[in-house]
Amino acid sequence: MEKFEIMRTGAVPMPIENIDTDQIIPARFLKATSREGFGENLFRDWRYDSNGEPKTDFVLNSSRYKGQVLLAGKNFGCGSSREHAAWAIYDAGYRVVISSYFADIFRGNALNNGLLPLQVSDEVLQRLFALVEADPQTEFVVNLLEQKLYLPATGERITFDINPYKKECLIKGYDDIDFLVSQKEAIEAYENTRAWTY
Amino acid sequence: MKKTLFDKIWDAHVVRSIPGGLDVFYIDKHLIHEVTSPQAFDELEARNLPLYRRKQIVATADHNVPTRNQHLPIQDQLSRFQVDKLTSNCEKYGVELFGLGHPNQGIVHVIGPELGITQPGMTIVCGDSHTSTHGAFGAIAFGIGTSQVAQVMATQCLLLSRPRKMRISVEGELRKGVTAKDLILYVIAKLGTGGATGYFVEYAGSAIRSLSMEGRMTVCNMSIEMGARGGMIAPDETTYTYLKGRPHAPHGERWEQALAYWSTLYTEEGAEFDAELTFEAADIAPMITYGTNPGMGIAINSTIPATVPASEAASFDKSLQYMGFAPGESLLGKEVNYVFIGSCTNSRIEDLRQVAEYVKGRQKASHVEAIIVPGSKQVELQAREEGLDRLLAEAGFELREPGCSACLAMNDDKIPAGAYCVSTSNRNFEGRQGPGSRTLLASPLVAAITAVEGKIVDITQYLN
Repeated sequence: MEKFEIMRTGAVPMPIENIDTDQIIPARFLKATSREGFGENLFRDWRYDSNGEPKTDFVLNSSRYKGQVLLAGKNFGCGSSREHAAWAIYDAGYRVVISSYFADIFRGNALNNGLLPLQVSDEVLQRLFALVEADPQTEFVVNLLEQKLYLPATGERITFDINPYKKECLIKGYDDIDFLVSQKEAIEAYENTRAWTY
Repeated sequence: MKKTLFDKIWDAHVVRSIPGGLDVFYIDKHLIHEVTSPQAFDELEARNLPLYRRKQIVATADHNVPTRNQHLPIQDQLSRFQVDKLTSNCEKYGVELFGLGHPNQGIVHVIGPELGITQPGMTIVCGDSHTSTHGAFGAIAFGIGTSQVAQVMATQCLLLSRPRKMRISVEGELRKGVTAKDLILYVIAKLGTGGATGYFVEYAGSAIRSLSMEGRMTVCNMSIEMGARGGMIAPDETTYTYLKGRPHAPHGERWEQALAYWSTLYTEEGAEFDAELTFEAADIAPMITYGTNPGMGIAINSTIPATVPASEAASFDKSLQYMGFAPGESLLGKEVNYVFIGSCTNSRIEDLRQVAEYVKGRQKASHVEAIIVPGSKQVELQAREEGLDRLLAEAGFELREPGCSACLAMNDDKIPAGAYCVSTSNRNFEGRQGPGSRTLLASPLVAAITAVEGKIVDITQYLN
């Protein structure tokens, strides 16, 4: 997993609520058996029409917005558990998704892939949408070390929460499997002392 | 402190807690399928890790399989490759596989319970969000991503934070024509598509207790559609009667011991939840969805909301535009061209019986294509043994072979762009049943009546 510390970048706004993982990556693209290449089908049916032509009114097809932050409406990533959604977003070059809340499974999947789900309040989210709309070049500085989202344009510093263990993992590029494998002894001990086994 | 059902099972599976509020959490049963497992097997390989407890894994092919001619090689090259990959991975690692052609093959959330693999008190995971289905047996069951699939393969554990707890009670008796599906669509409509995010739900109350295991599975199945991590129902006589004698259920003396343990799995009087909601069963009508998330549901004879809060207006308008509906209108009389009865939500024998009973001696409307995809080979076999296949065929319904099918349209079972499908599945997201498809979620009974009438009707007028 790639390390994440501080990032200075622009944002691509999608002010739509309840963006589900079927929109992020439709099921028909889940037939691949590797983790790579999902980015080209990110938001496939919002991005392209049935003839495969780009839909000009969709934000990802606009040259107006650029950056590694995806700014999205509340309840981002709901629906299917497909980790392919996190892979597709990452593969397309994003490193942060900002929303006012995330679906649980998506949040976990993102964290396991070095993609930061950054949760802000509804009110802050609306302000961020307005800022980016007014000036598409608006810079976002995401400082994971300090858990701060800094907006040079306004001078605002917004604190965000993250589980301290997960923060450490992102900073160091570790994932859960490394840690869990190190717990083998405790796991075996647990298996041998259970009151009821299946 | 008094404990909830959830607390009892969670606490019994904590290997150890680490600083930062995370638990090393033990998984009893791991279900895998062809779509979300190949990258996990690759990860084991890349890290040179062995599979830790192969006997605690069960595999099946369901998401990507055709529902016709399953005895022939899969035509779609990518699908065939993915299913073959599952077979070769299972052979290599010694994992039990119910693949195509196996008498136990079927949708992962249908076969687990029907084989008695799913049991009260267990922790169960699968790389599929509808794993919450198994909670109907009083298990902690939830969907995971592929990285976590690899973690469970390598260690039989996950690193988790303890979710908050919600109890949803439904009291009283369901009205005629109102099923478990209507109950859960009603609850989701009340909470909204993200209303239970961060929570693990226990369903309780007399209306829940009165449900069959099939009905309880339908309810728990859709927990994720309001954002819940999972849903569960305390085991009782209904649970034990269902499980007894199933191939993987405990037998003999072990069954008695199991019963003694399982009977301790309930929420104690006075145990605390972070949120509690109560609904009256009598308030629930046959439901249908009109929008593009499962929270957008209404009583079938009522109308689409005319207005929504300003903050939701953009998403609401986008949704109705996609569906071709107007705010404030009724769905009654809308013509429907497709009816899909299947998916891990509603493809069990009870669902097929209900459909067959209604369509017996009737005919589907000529402009409707009605397909029924049983949840498993066992369900298919039972349907044939009971003669349901004949009743369905006579009514013009096509009984297919098991798989996830048009619920997510990974295989050839797709609804064309712009067409309306009344579906017993769990998601009405844009394009879920094929690019441009328009899904209306409903119960098997509503689906059956819609197929016969060829349009949305007030089903209460059609029940005698």
